[in-house]
Amino acid sequence: MNQTVAAGDSSSAERGANVKLPIYLDYQATTPLDPRALEAMMPYFTEHFGNPHSTTHAYGSISAEAVERARGQVASLIGADPREIVFTSGATEANNLRSRVVAAFECEHYKGRRNRIITLVTEHKCVIETCNHMGRDGLDIVTLPVGGNGIVNLDQLSEMITGQTLLVSVMGVNNETGVIQPLAEIGALCREHGAHLHSDCAQAVGKIPLDVDAMNIDLMSIGP
Amino acid sequence: MDCYLDYNAETPIKPAVREAMAEAIGWVGNPSSVHGFGRRARRAVEMARDRVAALAGAAPGEVIFTSSGTEANNLALKGTGRRRLLVSAIEHDSVLGAAPDARILPVDHHGVVDLEALREALAEDGPPALVSLMLANNETGAIQPIAEAGRLARQHGALLHCDAVQAPGRMAIDRLGLGIDLLSLSAHKMGGPQGVGALILGDGVALEPQLAGGGQELGRRAGSENAVGIHGFGAACELAAEDLADTARIARLRDRMETEISALGGVLIAAGAARLCNTACIAMPTMPSETQVMAFDLAGIAVSAGSACSSGKVGPSHVLNAMGIDQALASRAVRISLGWRTTAGDIERVIEGWAVLHSQGSRGAATSRQSVFK
Repeated sequence: MNQTVAAGDSSSAERGANVKLPIYLDYQATTPLDPRALEAMMPYFTEHFGNPHSTTHAYGSISAEAVERARGQVASLIGADPREIVFTSGATEANNLRSRVVAAFECEHYKGRRNRIITLVTEHKCVIETCNHMGRDGLDIVTLPVGGNGIVNLDQLSEMITGQTLLVSVMGVNNETGVIQPLAEIGALCREHGAHLHSDCAQAVGKIPLDVDAMNIDLMSIGP
Repeated sequence: MDCYLDYNAETPIKPAVREAMAEAIGWVGNPSSVHGFGRRARRAVEMARDRVAALAGAAPGEVIFTSSGTEANNLALKGTGRRRLLVSAIEHDSVLGAAPDARILPVDHHGVVDLEALREALAEDGPPALVSLMLANNETGAIQPIAEAGRLARQHGALLHCDAVQAPGRMAIDRLGLGIDLLSLSAHKMGGPQGVGALILGDGVALEPQLAGGGQELGRRAGSENAVGIHGFGAACELAAEDLADTARIARLRDRMETEISALGGVLIAAGAARLCNTACIAMPTMPSETQVMAFDLAGIAVSAGSACSSGKVGPSHVLNAMGIDQALASRAVRISLGWRTTAGDIERVIEGWAVLHSQGSRGAATSRQSVFK
């Protein structure tokens, strides 16, 4: 592997493209852009540059159509309705938005009757941190351990889910180990107790089949 | 569809920006990764940080990349933790929305903030304040007296946030010179891509992050950096100097358009203020804004009624309303904003179009959109 050229190299980013790089095996951190995705994007970097909110002129409505088409594509990938898709700047923002939505929902809808949130010790940092925030705001955060195989213990989860549980937040696929959590079973448990299910599927999307209806997922965070 | 005059909503991406992004898009690598791929992405992000800082008269360490100007404004208004907020009545919705309990400072008939009202508000007893004023208004182009506001803020121990989204390439920005503590920018208003912005945070200003997660942007804004977009943003910042060299040409085109449309019966709004070179806000007394915008669109001319973010909203713009513009006139105003690709031919077309529309409006024939242009 000709990796030494890049190591510690302080060459400028312009020259970076010419640096001989090692084999790329870090798809969990970021994936190379698919040439077909790039091809689909190009017109919007050139002639179709309108602001999608400027729907009163053609430039804006072309952009708005592209946004709506993408909304449909994202929805069909996860078995959702297009109206259920909220575009964000990334999965971190989506996971943050989740905590605000959930806290507001609890406050307005359950008024303190469902104040428990269950999550896993192996969740992404932004999920753990936002749960900590909600804990400071008075919600009861239960962080479950995982087994030696990295998978949630469903019996343990079943014990912790009660009528007071507002939300279970479990990622679809772990970013460090690739372990797949049994989302459908978790979803069924949530339904049984009237709890909502959020899943950070940033690593799962495109790698395992996802269906928000079949899996009973109420909120899902994904990224490209 | 070739006469685009809505640069305050969105600018076409400049070819050199596109090239920079096309190069970066072929790379892979999360800027937070340790390997060579990640370090290359990191270098691109840091180079862009230097360029954004240079544009804003700031130090690279003061630049926090965000997903948009809206996010930068939200981070500024919510992140300092200051509860006593003073914002002008003509701020962008992202500022007004982020500060629902703020004290609203009035503006004059030209759309310029009332500094006396700011002075009085700051002189009242209370905890240290955060003042938020835009550098130039998106609907009228009116430039705000930021240097004076900065001095007043400093005298009273207040922080000054400035939404400078409309300024790059249209006027010089100097964070330190203007006494700005927090400054918002957005790439897509300056020939860069959508989905990237920045908050410039003055040295020593404490900021509570609004997104939890990884420690990106020195713990001030979580989320994987949009390396390609940021790279494009940096390229656009370098090219802003070209635009600054082009402001005299843009101003001449805008002024000619205003002179001719005014002679045809158009009413110029905010023309008495110091304005951005590229922005005109003109009312056509004979036709509602929406009808004009749609008729112009059918003729292949893209202009807007108010700001893009509120174009779906019913009712006149909050900016014109705050200026005390008569509601009947405000509801007939259209924003025409020029930029790097605008030619004299574009200006001819919009003047001609305006004349046709106005005469049809005078004859009451503007009810049928198809009849407006042959």
